[in-house]
Amino acid sequence: MLYLNIIVAGLLTGAVYGLMALGLSVIFGVIRIVNFAHGEMMVLAMYGACLANARFGVDPLRALILVVPALFLLGYVLQRGLINRYIARPDHEQFLLLLAVATVITASLLMGFGPDARNVQLDYAYDSYQLGAVLLDKVRVLAAAGAVLGAAALWAFFRFTRTGKAIRACADNQVGAQVVGLDVKRLYAVTFGLGAACVGAAGCLMLLLVDVQPYIATDYTLLAFITVILGGLGSMPGALLGGVLVGVSEALSGFLVEPSFKSAFSFGLLILVLLVRPQGLLGRA
Amino acid sequence: MRAARALDLSPRAAAALGLFVAVMLLLPLVANAYVVSVLVVVLFSAYFGQSWNVMTGFAGQLSLGHALYVGLGAYTSAALFVHLGLSPWLGMVAGMAVATLAGSAIAALSFRFRVGGVYFALLTIAFAEFTRILFDHFGWVGATEGLFLPVANLSHDDPLRLRGSSVMFYYLLLALSLAALALSHALLNRRVGYYWQAIREDEEAARALGIDVFRYKIAAMALSAAMTALGGALLAFYDNNLYPDTVFAMGRSIEIIIAPIIGGLGTLFGPIVGAFLLTGLGETMTNLSTHFEINGLKQWFYGAALLAIVALQPSGLWPWLRRALGLAEGRR
Amino acid sequence: MSAPLLEVRGVSKRFRGLQAVDDVSFAVPPGGIVALIGPNGAGKTTTFNLIAGAIPPDSGSVLLDGADITGRRPDQACRAGIGRTFQQVKPFGALSVLQNVMVGAFKATADRVAARQAAWECLERLGLAAKAESPANSLTLPERKRLETARALATRPKILLLDEVMAGLRPTEIDQMVRAFADLSRETGLAILLTEHVMRAVMALSHHIVVLHHGQKICEGTPEEVARDPQVLECYLGHAQAAERAGA
Repeated sequence: MLYLNIIVAGLLTGAVYGLMALGLSVIFGVIRIVNFAHGEMMVLAMYGACLANARFGVDPLRALILVVPALFLLGYVLQRGLINRYIARPDHEQFLLLLAVATVITASLLMGFGPDARNVQLDYAYDSYQLGAVLLDKVRVLAAAGAVLGAAALWAFFRFTRTGKAIRACADNQVGAQVVGLDVKRLYAVTFGLGAACVGAAGCLMLLLVDVQPYIATDYTLLAFITVILGGLGSMPGALLGGVLVGVSEALSGFLVEPSFKSAFSFGLLILVLLVRPQGLLGRA
Repeated sequence: MRAARALDLSPRAAAALGLFVAVMLLLPLVANAYVVSVLVVVLFSAYFGQSWNVMTGFAGQLSLGHALYVGLGAYTSAALFVHLGLSPWLGMVAGMAVATLAGSAIAALSFRFRVGGVYFALLTIAFAEFTRILFDHFGWVGATEGLFLPVANLSHDDPLRLRGSSVMFYYLLLALSLAALALSHALLNRRVGYYWQAIREDEEAARALGIDVFRYKIAAMALSAAMTALGGALLAFYDNNLYPDTVFAMGRSIEIIIAPIIGGLGTLFGPIVGAFLLTGLGETMTNLSTHFEINGLKQWFYGAALLAIVALQPSGLWPWLRRALGLAEGRR
Repeated sequence: MSAPLLEVRGVSKRFRGLQAVDDVSFAVPPGGIVALIGPNGAGKTTTFNLIAGAIPPDSGSVLLDGADITGRRPDQACRAGIGRTFQQVKPFGALSVLQNVMVGAFKATADRVAARQAAWECLERLGLAAKAESPANSLTLPERKRLETARALATRPKILLLDEVMAGLRPTEIDQMVRAFADLSRETGLAILLTEHVMRAVMALSHHIVVLHHGQKICEGTPEEVARDPQVLECYLGHAQAAERAGA
């Protein structure tokens, strides 16, 4: 029974991981850039939501309306203005560029907010639902619901809108896309913006579950990578699947072995996947 | 002058290098303790950078988890000293052996399964993090409470047991850095160096010229790991305390790579130039931030500096500096 | 009739839905120069890749000097005596022209001075000595093709596989290259297998021609025989010569 509760909690948290990883997957799947500043962007969003809560008293779920577009804009501008020139450059240059961006973001947050942890006070922080034998935390349910909705919205965008379809065309065949007249630069910028928006949404949702502090960013970048590689880079359902798997395994290993071991398990999983099936569970070979 | 020509240096460049070495040798005699301690940081940074440069700069295999080898070198030598009284010099060798084994295993595993590029870089991060967490629970070396070396308050330096002043470590590290320079130069001028660079430029073409890419990549990783571990052992005896979360930290891995990249990836002197620049910048920033009480100023400047280099001068500052100072006759 | 140096026996390779190479067999005698010709997509480069070890064949075998080298890795094939160039040239951009060729020369010797010497000789043969200290990525495309060839030559191969090295060259340059290769083969006994669209070079250089079409060998013989073969004329030579006359 206890196991069931733990698994469900992990599942719900995993949904948020999935949304965060979705942003990363979309960026890599289309632009082929590895966004090492992913966790930093999420932490930026978390601070944004925190600020909104402190200034205007809004709940992180309502802060989504502000944070998501803001992150989209950040991603768009970053890609268009800076990252675009690095697409054809060697791996280590791309990595360093984004590492530099990440460092600047973290340092700015440190300067602006200080190193102490912050969180939001929620009236429903201790509420829970009872579903049969399982006890569900309200915050986790809301976070997971938000994540699933966000993922669905993204999927619908790619499936039904013209821009979404154009982006998918770009991902499949960049040269062909240009020949057909698609503005690849703009589409890439939109894609990065969307990836950032995803991570922004994930940040607001994550704030319901954890405290924020400048130094947690790297852990989340790594977590996003583990999730995406597990599920398969470039696969949207893969990112969600990966997120859920990581969430559940984290919860279980934290309970069975020791809380500090949960990342060790995730890293072990990453190593295994990279060696045995680098394209991930749902990725294309 | 024959040595200068062997190093492919123009007379001007040879003079510059000679001057540099002379200054470095004499500096502790005139400088105060603070300056010496900062220079020790510079030299550690330079040496780690040079070790990482062998694998990533010469052979082109991006490693983002080099803290793993720092930690293995540090913990192996320190633990053997604390628990078994083994001389640090022997402990160093043991540490290098462990690191070489680990590096070779990781490389062999990764390249056997055709993991390369970004995926390989992520794998190196994963192994480093995994080891960090492992050591967090490794009781024999102190786990999260840390491993402490007994600090003997001697009036003189004891190089045999690596107990001594900053000045002693300064000279040890200077010697190490110069040795690494000589080794790097020797490697670049031999077949192995040519093969590594070929692999870095184009693996497929390298294969078509008879190069066993798999073996050479592992060799680069193994050497780089061994060199790094040696530095790690010295670090342990300098700091006298080790915690998994600082020694194996991702932050350390990143710190290791910034200096050589800013200085010039794949060049001989780049890591050294980068180390001086970065540490200088870092110290200035630390002083400014304590003075103005701004948290994170140092990181901000590191990030900005990195951004500037990657955007404006991706091949690093040393190639540019070399041209500007008119030292460019030689190849490096 | 001496034993052939290179023997390709019934090699085949299928990619997903396409039979790229279909039961192709031919041989190159020691010191011989054989050309592999055919329209684009005929399977020439794939055949090269099968011989050089870049791709393993589905069936068939490749023998070099009597030894079975089928499916060996590219570096193993090179060590066995295969030297090859790539259709999309692959220079070591950050290294100098001389250093590029030295990488090849190091296969035959571990000594840097000897490798340097050997590299110089190759550069001179291919007319690149003047550019020895230039960075490889500063070369024009024809120069890069010559660099590619010099580099492969430096490995002291038993047979040199040249993949469309004449493409984009002016007629005088083509004649120079043809002379260089003919001299090389005559002086050192090097065997050459080349794929080409430039008929001028093929006719002038080769002792023997193998024609591929849709992955299958449709004809082989001396240049004169092949030039007269009706099947070849229909599917390829007619087109190629017309293109050449039009100044392609």
